[in-house]
Amino acid sequence: MKRIGNWLPHPLLTPVLVLIWLLLNNSFAPGQILLGLLLGWAIPRFTLGFWPQRVRIRRPGRLLHFTGIFLYDVIIANLAVARLILVGPDRLHPAFVVVPLDLTAELAISLLANAICLTPGTVSAELSADRHQLLVHALDCSDPQELVATIKARFEAPLKEIFEC
Amino acid sequence: MLSMALTIAFALVAAAFVMSLFRLLKGPSAPDRILALDTLYINAIALLVLLGIHLASPLYFEAALLIALMGFVGTVALAKFLLRGDIIE
Amino acid sequence: MSTITETLLSLLILAGAAFTFIGSLGLVRFRDFYTRLHAPTKATTLGVGCLLVASSIFFSVTGEGLSLHEILVSLFLFITAPISAHLLAKAALHLRLPSSVALPLEPSSLPQPLREE
Repeated sequence: MKRIGNWLPHPLLTPVLVLIWLLLNNSFAPGQILLGLLLGWAIPRFTLGFWPQRVRIRRPGRLLHFTGIFLYDVIIANLAVARLILVGPDRLHPAFVVVPLDLTAELAISLLANAICLTPGTVSAELSADRHQLLVHALDCSDPQELVATIKARFEAPLKEIFEC
Repeated sequence: MLSMALTIAFALVAAAFVMSLFRLLKGPSAPDRILALDTLYINAIALLVLLGIHLASPLYFEAALLIALMGFVGTVALAKFLLRGDIIE
Repeated sequence: MSTITETLLSLLILAGAAFTFIGSLGLVRFRDFYTRLHAPTKATTLGVGCLLVASSIFFSVTGEGLSLHEILVSLFLFITAPISAHLLAKAALHLRLPSSVALPLEPSSLPQPLREE
């Protein structure tokens, strides 16, 4: 088991690298697939030392579901921000909101920070030193409590389910 | 119809360039200028993609990809410089 | 190229260019840095995303075979845009740039009791 782990340290990274290689070449020829597989095997193997921890996805199905919801939210948030820009700066209620975090895994926290940067009119600004709070700047927020509740329910809960038990 | 849409799109992206340039020149603070540079490179990607469709040439894709990579690195380096006063520690 | 494809392409191109335009408009229009930060990160990302989808469809229809490599650029932008936004917000807070609303306290001294809420 340990041997296999050393030869294929990141089972998820390999297919991702193969896919990126095929997309870069814009071809699905057998030769490219072979070369992609070689790179997908070699790169994780030789960059083993740079990876602090292994990525573990506990619920792959949930991840797909979450990605779908997320893409939908991105489009909605983009439309909302575009509307706010067109309406003008006078009707905005910007605010700094502190979101308490339940997540502990580093990957999950960074994914959450990225997700809230792209979605409901918010940009994450700072993670507290003890990793328990995230400072978020909201473009138009009249009710900070509601915003925190939305972020927790819509993004944090699924991420917690996917990456932590 | 496609060529008309492309003309309008070129005009819109050019206007976006001018507005980002305005923010780049006006500032008033360093992060504002970095943000303007960030927007400029994303606008450049948009322009290159439009040009690729206009000239029906897939060559512009590589340039867009390179600008996306380099622009991100530049933004991160500049933001880090503001945070630390130093890029390489 | 059929009329339907052409209409779809034109719509995508117009939407993409309009979002790019609106993103830069926000950069000029908003009054403090923290609100300005929202405009390019969100609107521009979707704008370029639309344009890249249009490009992908265009080259798949006119060129030889499927053309999917545009996905890479949009994927890359989707990953990097929030990171640059986050770093810029951090830098702005570090420099204590003025905002139209009250700035939070020093980030390292965020009020601790909030954790229990």
